[in-house]
Amino acid sequence: MQIFPCPFCGPRDETEFHFGGDAGNIRPDGADVPIDRWADYLYLRTNPKGTAREIWVHMNCGEFFVMERDTVSHKVLSSAALGGEHAA
Amino acid sequence: MTRRYSALSLFKEGLAGQTGWQPAWRSPEPKPSYDAIVIGGGGHGLATAYYLAKNHNITRVAVLEKGWIGGGNTGRNTTVVRSNYYYPESVELYGLAHRLYEGLAKDLNYNVMLSQRGMVNLCHSTAEMEIGARTVNAMQINGVDAELFSPEDVRRVAPIYNFSPDARFPVFGGIWQGRAGTARHDAVAWGYARAASRLGVDIIQNCEITDFIIEGGRCRGVQTSRGAIRADRIGMAVAGHSSVLAAKAGFRLPINSYALQACVSEPVKPILDTVVLSPGCGVYVSQSDKGEIVIGGGLDRIPSYAQRGNLPTLETVIAGLLEMFPIFGQLKLMRQWAGIVDVVPDSSPIIGESPLPGLFLNCGWGTGGFKAIPAGGTLLAQLLASGKHNDISRPFDLDRFASGRLIDEAAGSGIAH
Amino acid sequence: MTASRLATGGSAIDRTRPIRFSFDGATVHGFAGDTIASALLAGDVAVVGRSFKYHRPRGIWGAGVEEPNALIDIGGPRATPNTRATTEPARDGLVARSVNATPSALADRNAFLDRFARFIPAAFYYKTFMWPDWHRFEPRIRAMAGLGKVDADWTSPGTADQINHHCDVLVVGAGPAGLAAARLASGAGLTVTLVDDQQSPGGSLGHRAGEIDGKPAAAWIAETIAALASAGQLILPSTTAFGVYDHNLVGLNQRHPDGRPDTLWRVRPRQIVLATGAIERPLPFANNDLPGIMSADAALAYLRRHAVLVGRRIVVATNNDSAYETAGALAEAGAEVTLVDLRRDGTPNAPANVRLVKRRALASASGRLRVDGVTLDDGTRLDTDCLLISGGWTPTIHLFGQAKGKLAWSEERAAFLPGDPVDGIAVVGAAAGAVALSDVFAGAGTVVASLGQTKAALPRSTGPEATGGILPAWPIPGSKGRIWIDYQNDVTVKDVELAARENFVSVEHLKRYTTLGMATDQGKTSNLPGLALMAGITGRTVPEVGTTTYRPPFTPVPLASFAGARVGELMAPVRRLPLENVHRANGAVFQEYGGWLRPAHYGGSADAERSIADETLRARQSVALFDGSTLGKVEVIGPQAAAFVDFLYYNTMSTLKPGRCRYGFMLSENGVVFDDGVLVRLDEHRFVVSCSSSHVAAVHARLEEWRQDRFGRGAVYIHNATSDMATLTVSGPNARKLLEALDLSLSLDDADLPHMAVGHGTYAGDEVRIARVSFTGDRSYEISIRADRAEPLWTRLRQAGQAFDAVVIGLEALMILRAEKGFIVIGKDTDGTTLPHDLGVDGPRAKRQTEFVGRRSLFTEEASRDNRMQLVGLAVPQGEAPLPTGAHGIKRIDGRLRSQGFVTSSYQSPTLGRPVALGLIERGAARHGETIDIQHLGKISKATITAPCAVDPAGDRLHA
Repeated sequence: MQIFPCPFCGPRDETEFHFGGDAGNIRPDGADVPIDRWADYLYLRTNPKGTAREIWVHMNCGEFFVMERDTVSHKVLSSAALGGEHAA
Repeated sequence: MTRRYSALSLFKEGLAGQTGWQPAWRSPEPKPSYDAIVIGGGGHGLATAYYLAKNHNITRVAVLEKGWIGGGNTGRNTTVVRSNYYYPESVELYGLAHRLYEGLAKDLNYNVMLSQRGMVNLCHSTAEMEIGARTVNAMQINGVDAELFSPEDVRRVAPIYNFSPDARFPVFGGIWQGRAGTARHDAVAWGYARAASRLGVDIIQNCEITDFIIEGGRCRGVQTSRGAIRADRIGMAVAGHSSVLAAKAGFRLPINSYALQACVSEPVKPILDTVVLSPGCGVYVSQSDKGEIVIGGGLDRIPSYAQRGNLPTLETVIAGLLEMFPIFGQLKLMRQWAGIVDVVPDSSPIIGESPLPGLFLNCGWGTGGFKAIPAGGTLLAQLLASGKHNDISRPFDLDRFASGRLIDEAAGSGIAH
Repeated sequence: MTASRLATGGSAIDRTRPIRFSFDGATVHGFAGDTIASALLAGDVAVVGRSFKYHRPRGIWGAGVEEPNALIDIGGPRATPNTRATTEPARDGLVARSVNATPSALADRNAFLDRFARFIPAAFYYKTFMWPDWHRFEPRIRAMAGLGKVDADWTSPGTADQINHHCDVLVVGAGPAGLAAARLASGAGLTVTLVDDQQSPGGSLGHRAGEIDGKPAAAWIAETIAALASAGQLILPSTTAFGVYDHNLVGLNQRHPDGRPDTLWRVRPRQIVLATGAIERPLPFANNDLPGIMSADAALAYLRRHAVLVGRRIVVATNNDSAYETAGALAEAGAEVTLVDLRRDGTPNAPANVRLVKRRALASASGRLRVDGVTLDDGTRLDTDCLLISGGWTPTIHLFGQAKGKLAWSEERAAFLPGDPVDGIAVVGAAAGAVALSDVFAGAGTVVASLGQTKAALPRSTGPEATGGILPAWPIPGSKGRIWIDYQNDVTVKDVELAARENFVSVEHLKRYTTLGMATDQGKTSNLPGLALMAGITGRTVPEVGTTTYRPPFTPVPLASFAGARVGELMAPVRRLPLENVHRANGAVFQEYGGWLRPAHYGGSADAERSIADETLRARQSVALFDGSTLGKVEVIGPQAAAFVDFLYYNTMSTLKPGRCRYGFMLSENGVVFDDGVLVRLDEHRFVVSCSSSHVAAVHARLEEWRQDRFGRGAVYIHNATSDMATLTVSGPNARKLLEALDLSLSLDDADLPHMAVGHGTYAGDEVRIARVSFTGDRSYEISIRADRAEPLWTRLRQAGQAFDAVVIGLEALMILRAEKGFIVIGKDTDGTTLPHDLGVDGPRAKRQTEFVGRRSLFTEEASRDNRMQLVGLAVPQGEAPLPTGAHGIKRIDGRLRSQGFVTSSYQSPTLGRPVALGLIERGAARHGETIDIQHLGKISKATITAPCAVDPAGDRLHA
């Protein structure tokens, strides 16, 4: 059982969190976005082995945040609110 | 020296102290170049090499395995073989695998213990029965041996299920495939390895890919922990590690890697004949020929490359299991483990040429790669041999993500997402 | 009689409390404090089980968790197959049976299999049974497999407790190392939890000599425990730490002497101290699996704890110093003891009254159901009734391995020891390779010193110290005879050689090919000898071969412990209506719909079909009352609320006027219709999203995600008010008249409250919100009120309804009413590929200029395909029954049968007196009037494609 640091609520059990995807996956707007760019946004993932920067949501408080962690050792490296105003 | 496996050869070897057997596969030093390289010595990779040699007469082939063959998801899954799929494209793919499985022991001269004792996917409500009917009808139209089971039918194949009137997930019926069942997972890897090796394929273990050799925009070989190995046709079948190799080759894949756990109870005398899946309980279960209750559930919900189980998912899965079969409450958990699976948005595999010409993909099988091994091998072999898709693999090309033509079995079950 | 109970002694047993139980039908006598194994030994029961494959007779090997042989089925209310007799307390009246033996361990009818052993070596099954087909052979092999039996009549004795626990230091193992570490840590002011898998603390001190701080070991153990208890530290006996999981969470399984189900502990310590000891290994010699051959240390434990002398003429074979104490103790207890040590030099002195034979190894043992003699490697034969073995010690480092700790090979100890440290985990005592008590204590002192300054004194060993001299004695390739490595799974030296011959030389291949170490004991006694043998065969060192992965659990853990209280609704909770009890009192029959428990219909279970038809018909004729409280009510509030809902919805919503409602779709980014529903605009900056009952949580999460990711916290605020309010619906031609009978303090005039408008009133002092939206096609009013005030309003509505023959309807009638109108249910009438234009709503796709979720996906190649499945109605020929939901429309392409869509909803319409159906059919929108073949479970019928709406296509009834 991993412990994740919610920037708002502090350290909590992994079961309270939901994975939200790669951090920095910027949505391209418009009906005329090149389809490859759109498919890239929708489907392609970095999926790193090692350090990952990811979006997570703490389902209890409903806040999304950015967490850096190691996908092999499961060590948590940092977490911060989306706007960067809180860090844990 | 005894080469062929049979009851007679086993008997003769018995008289001779079992000393005449040969290595199941050779372990040669890697050559500097091959006609084709297959990265990944799991079921899919070994099957690819075997079919390259058998179907296409391409025998200068190396299978490069980072660790020991069959040590990834091939040796970590719950061994279910089935082809009860909804969309015609899936039925063609998994149907091919299923048919090949049915002849595999004789084809490989290796008993993979395909045990077709049937599988039932339970329906727990009227709504699920309606979807069940939709699914069974689609399967029957597509030629799958599916039946819509009544509660009495379910009771016949799984009498120890919780049929009590206050069960949390009562049985309204189920989707049955009689040809479904299990196979011995390790034997599939070893059987393909042995058969491929005898056709001339080099199986190189402890050989990790460190980089791709790219010349003129094409993949021309690989750098490995055992030196450079060149080939103009390279296939990769590395499941949960596909993204890692893709990064080395300079592209990204629509894949997230997750741990999928499984566990077994201590072995007990036969009590459960078929594979039973309960969507409500989130569990599928069978009993191995050794007597262990083999238990599988959903993914761990955290992307991971750590091949180990965790407690929360285990607890959820076991709670579901005991809801299905309360009398398993007297059993004990003997072993838990996890594999790293490659989860694709539509949960269908990716078979086809990668964005790096010369490098071909067989990945994205997610939680269901074992059952597809013979087909994955056949289709990747054809791609490597001819550079062209088989009609069966064409719909599973990477290009479907841009065209939007996904093959999402869950979507067919009415799940919007 | 050879093994027997001594007249005195036995630290664990209480001779004043005799007990009796049965084993394989025979009565066994014992005392409180016995394990099943110690009582069986005291009763001289030699054969306690049969091996997995060859059905070899097997006796008790060990005295703890490592036991490979003595597995038993316990019957009765606490039935558990495959229980280890060496760890299970003997209880009065218990019924135990040997496993894998019919009818009994002593006379097993499958014992003949052993005579065919040469033909069924490791992995033989991969080489045969292929012709004609595996299915011919499997049933018989399957019937042979397995160990214990599942008791089909077993019922749960109750749910297992689960406890979350935090402490500074978790000490695993209450032997000398663990006790010292716990005491020192406690003295440093840390909170300590001490767990031990035995019933009483002490570990090896319970049966091995030791004098600490000038006191006998027993006194020191008692003092240490007392000190920990008085400091308020938690001590858990009979508790096994079975797994170390992510972030050093430790799983414990606690057994209870009173028969309660075991308890699962999830412990989150700051520091884990593993003081898990070591396990004695067997030695390789022919027939080393015979009953009467056991671990020397176990024999000492049975002697000193249970006063059981395991034989009269005992041979002790060893390669290390630890067996000397055992030999001496057995001689002192009256046995005739020969100690055979394969070492030439450096051996301790022979204990008193023990005959010492040096430089000799065992070649073989003889006997049939019990060992009767041994032959040494010089040909000497010794008669014996009990053969004790000490092949060296394997540190118990499973938990360290589970935590991904790297192991380091120690030549001196002939064992793997913990290597580089793992954060938060320390290993002490025998598990870390310490032998002498003074070294054990020093190690514990070092670990605790790194945690804090302790006030407790480091214990001093004041007696004779154990020594660790050992000469490795691994199985040797080419040895004669049948030498067992893994007792339970019947893996011999020849099997490992066969694996090597066939290139299964990787340690994981060795394990899987031969099943070495895969039995219920997980190879605690066999793994190291097995891989050392493989090293010898392949010319590698032991560390080059390496170990297999350590996987939890350390010992088998009851499944019930993991499930805990998660049974029934606690395993998968359902959501409940505020008025559930009122509906029950009214005869509602409940079913689960999308996670909610809702009335399917009223009027009891008998003749449900008629009740549903009656509800449907009366709803159309007069007025229906319906509890729609599950309907989502998610508020979107803030300065950018209008822009926000525009982005979230497929339809433009910002043009909606305050006080008005609009129906629309929410899409996923892949363009698929994710949810549908009515959006209410309460005022300029405030909307209510009425989403589908089963999608509330997902819609709420989605709104939050876009709010935080794209709009910002200051732009909008999302509030899920779904469970705050009940929603009671009044629908039908007389709906308005019924409502007018209530005083709701608002005008129900159609000019003031037209279709798709929302109004505000009060009922009995509480605010109500009344929305004129319809899921039935008839004039409807959805009244939302505080959930805790809903009951009086519901009662009043029913009362007022009597004048209009009002009917309370369940969800089944509602489903018919909406299907008659062609109104869809997302996930039923759509699937995970349905795009909005498939449902006939193409306007926004064609015209919208502003961005919205899923927009780009509506213009892919796939989205523009001309043969997409589209929503249609389906009519059957006159007089035919309704189409089965889930039936497919079929066609033939190149002679092959293909689906061209399917029936999503289908009912007998009481309103029309004929069936109605909805479906998704290829190009269906352009094919109205066409008749197609429909297939259901192999039967073919006809249906004609129609518009989805079958009742009141003009929509007049909304205003009637």
